[in-house]
Amino acid sequence: MERDPGQEGETIAAEPRAEILLEATALSRSFAGRSAPALDGVDFRARAGRITGIVGPDGAGKTTLLRVAAGLLKPHAGSIRVLGAAPGAAARAGTARIGYMPQRFGLYEDLGVAENLDLFADLQGLPFHERAERFAELLELTDLGDFRARRAGRLSGGMKQKLGLACSLLVRPRLLLLDEPTVGVDPVSRRDLWRILDRLVAAEGIGVVIATAYLDEADRCAEVLVLDRGRVVACAEPATLRHRVAGRVRLVEPRPGCPPRVLQARLEELPEVRDCSIRKGRLRCLLDQETAAVDRLIEGLPEVASSAVVEPTFEDAFMAMQESRPDRAGAATPIAGLASAADEAMIAVEGLGKRFGDFVAVSAISFTVRRGEIFGLLGPNGAGKTTTFRMLCGLLPASDGEIRVAGRDLRRAPGRARAGLGYMAQAFSLYPHLTIVQNLRFFGRSYGLGGRRLRRRIEEVLDEFDLRARRDEDAGKIPAGFQRRLSMAAAVLHEPEILFLDEPTSGADPLARREFWARISAFAARGMTIVVTTHFMEEVESCDQVLLMSRGRELARGSPDEIRALARGPKRPDPGIEDAFIALSEGEVVVGAAAPEARP
Amino acid sequence: MSSGLIASLIRLRGFLRKELLQIRRDPSSILLALVMPVVLLLLFGYGVSLDPEQVPIAIVDEDGSALARDLVARLSASRYFEARPCRTMAAADELVVAGRAEGILRIPEDFERSLGLAGGARLQLLVNGVDSNRASLVKSYLSSTLGNWVAIRAAAGESLGPPPAIRIEPRIWFNPGIDSRHFLVPGLIVLIMTLIGTLLTALVIAREWERGTMEALLATPLRRGEFLLGKILPYFGLGILGLLTAVAGAVYLFGVELQGSFWLLLLSSSLFLLAALGMGLAASALLRVQFVAAQVAVLAGFLPAFFLSGLLFDLESTPTPIQVVSHVVPARHFVAICQTLFLAGDVFEVILGAGAWLLGAAILFLGITYRRLGRGME
Repeated sequence: MERDPGQEGETIAAEPRAEILLEATALSRSFAGRSAPALDGVDFRARAGRITGIVGPDGAGKTTLLRVAAGLLKPHAGSIRVLGAAPGAAARAGTARIGYMPQRFGLYEDLGVAENLDLFADLQGLPFHERAERFAELLELTDLGDFRARRAGRLSGGMKQKLGLACSLLVRPRLLLLDEPTVGVDPVSRRDLWRILDRLVAAEGIGVVIATAYLDEADRCAEVLVLDRGRVVACAEPATLRHRVAGRVRLVEPRPGCPPRVLQARLEELPEVRDCSIRKGRLRCLLDQETAAVDRLIEGLPEVASSAVVEPTFEDAFMAMQESRPDRAGAATPIAGLASAADEAMIAVEGLGKRFGDFVAVSAISFTVRRGEIFGLLGPNGAGKTTTFRMLCGLLPASDGEIRVAGRDLRRAPGRARAGLGYMAQAFSLYPHLTIVQNLRFFGRSYGLGGRRLRRRIEEVLDEFDLRARRDEDAGKIPAGFQRRLSMAAAVLHEPEILFLDEPTSGADPLARREFWARISAFAARGMTIVVTTHFMEEVESCDQVLLMSRGRELARGSPDEIRALARGPKRPDPGIEDAFIALSEGEVVVGAAAPEARP
Repeated sequence: MSSGLIASLIRLRGFLRKELLQIRRDPSSILLALVMPVVLLLLFGYGVSLDPEQVPIAIVDEDGSALARDLVARLSASRYFEARPCRTMAAADELVVAGRAEGILRIPEDFERSLGLAGGARLQLLVNGVDSNRASLVKSYLSSTLGNWVAIRAAAGESLGPPPAIRIEPRIWFNPGIDSRHFLVPGLIVLIMTLIGTLLTALVIAREWERGTMEALLATPLRRGEFLLGKILPYFGLGILGLLTAVAGAVYLFGVELQGSFWLLLLSSSLFLLAALGMGLAASALLRVQFVAAQVAVLAGFLPAFFLSGLLFDLESTPTPIQVVSHVVPARHFVAICQTLFLAGDVFEVILGAGAWLLGAAILFLGITYRRLGRGME
């Protein structure tokens, strides 16, 4: 019933408050070599004075829609009008009042902040006499005034995005098109970016269309377009969408001492539970239907302390719109092993540091990971996660400190230490011209597997990762979700004791991320030790231990509960990990000898 | 000026300034444009020489007459030869086998006596033919040295009759010193311009795609003509700088005289540079990946300029199909122009035809790039 765009269209038409800046009618666009269209009959309007969000899983058509609106791609069918004209025409005439910020940083990294502004002012025809004032205004807005001369390549991820925003705002656009501007950006900059957008909308009445991978951001939009495989699933105010699942969301508190992950696996076994995720140490369940029977079922679980129906968020509404439950193939395995997680230290790091020339990428990092634990390295882009991670896997020699992995010194015996490790790189690093099975065979052999054992393991992972249907297709041609599963399958083929995953959920949609974490939890339950990096703050809720990093240093370390507790105070009675990150990195909270209780 | 033109000039100015800043901050392009010509010039000028010099020659003087000794002295004095006197043919043979001599000059015992006779005097010349090119060079050098010797003796009032049993070809056009530098150095200009033109520019559009800046540019009012001009002008400047360095080096360092007009050289170089830039830009715009574009530029631009331009290898002696193919390579026509201008002078029959080819190539490649840019993100 959610898949009725016409009905949603009327919801908007009923409130003709503001001028329509962008109007797409039955818009379609496909790409050569891909059978399914990227956009398939999309009807969409964006108005002045409000922020319109676009959300949807990978390949939903978000970027294509924005590119068509920016005049970079031509529609194949249907029509689109931007500021009353065909897109691109105004841009070519040099009179466009449209700002567009592509998903990738579109500025010149070898140019300075002011030089980039100058360039885009020239290209967009900003009159000379307005420049000094406008530059000052934008640098003030984006807080980049102190960095005029700094090369864009040396800005932090958040500052880069702000500079990109400043460049797209030069000509005072009436419509701003932003393609996932907050991906990989630290929470402080993410909050700042949203503040800037809110200010622009309030003060100048511009219209903003923003594609986002963060579902919590959708709640901040006046209106949200939900896309899936090129079609409109819904287009309405977030409140309207939330209202649809009202009463179907239940927050379940685990019994003290019971890890949320264990309860999550238990709840997901219930057929009535559509979706279950860990939020702030509690389980958020989206139910197909809220009935007394389901309540009794949940309350009756031995791991449950209490539960209550709560207000839905946009994410709940979004999950309810998905056709099927996320795949939880791995989660069915027994969880019994977890309780007996041995105290054996699988990874011990002491005073780890890495310098590149005079640039300190990582300094004074120490932690211990025990068998069967999920250890999360959390931080924005450029925090030093990947550098730390590479040192842990023995891909990069450490400048300082000691690393012992599975009891071996990584500096002395990197080869032997590595044989027991599985590694999944951030980028897709399999051979695109080999089939799934050929890739698995190659990676298995390179880890020393062969003969009957290799054949058995390949058969096992084909089932475990649900790859059998495409076993003989080229790895380069299967969908991104399959590629991610294949990468993971290749990493665990040799049954490693420790699994390293570098940004495994980067670019993945909410469904794929859930599926991924379900698998990870299952691995940990079987006694595998897992180290994972991520910039999605909420994801670390599934970790046993988290290291929060910022600018190469430790910001905080501990269980998700302990980290949240750091930020708890009268202003924030129930902080999330992201709140904690902001509080910690702004110095509002200081970690004193890792003793959160000591705080006032 | 119309406001549209002003806006266009402002965009071009901004884009050009950005390109220049990027060139300035990327030392590799400066190195390629200024340091490499000098390195290549020195390498080719001093290191690579196709001329035999101080070629060791075993001399077996069986005659021992005053005239024979004078001939030996003449050969020893020549900078092309290093005389290695031997007593017997067997000893000379050993030198050749051991690689310590490249040929044997045998002066038979009746050399002086038979000079006046009807059949003329006879000399035996044996040349190691392993390297056939070199063998024929050594042979012709020896012949001309002998010819000189006869001429000198004749001038001194001695009539020796025809030179001793070896034909002489004393006149060599356009390269009186038969100095290979004189055709290598002009050819070098072709290599330098190809490197700067094709290799540097192969990277520059692909880089915009790879770094995601192309998408941002496409969303601005910047037109493709302005974009193309902004890409051509800086690298054209770098190419001309490389040209001037190479010409200055050729003239002042190696004493290669420019026989033709400098302005004609500049004009034809500009045409060639446009063709080379066009080739690099077209590869960059079509492939959108720096690594692949650079490989294609080397394969399609640099290697043909090296092997199929007549720069190193005489195209006349290659099989007909290769000669036909070589006509497609713009470098071939530019090599012809350079060698003509440096060694012969303003020979318009050569220059006009070759220049037309270069112009055609420039229009073709830049046209391809312009069309491709028009497709935007499609």
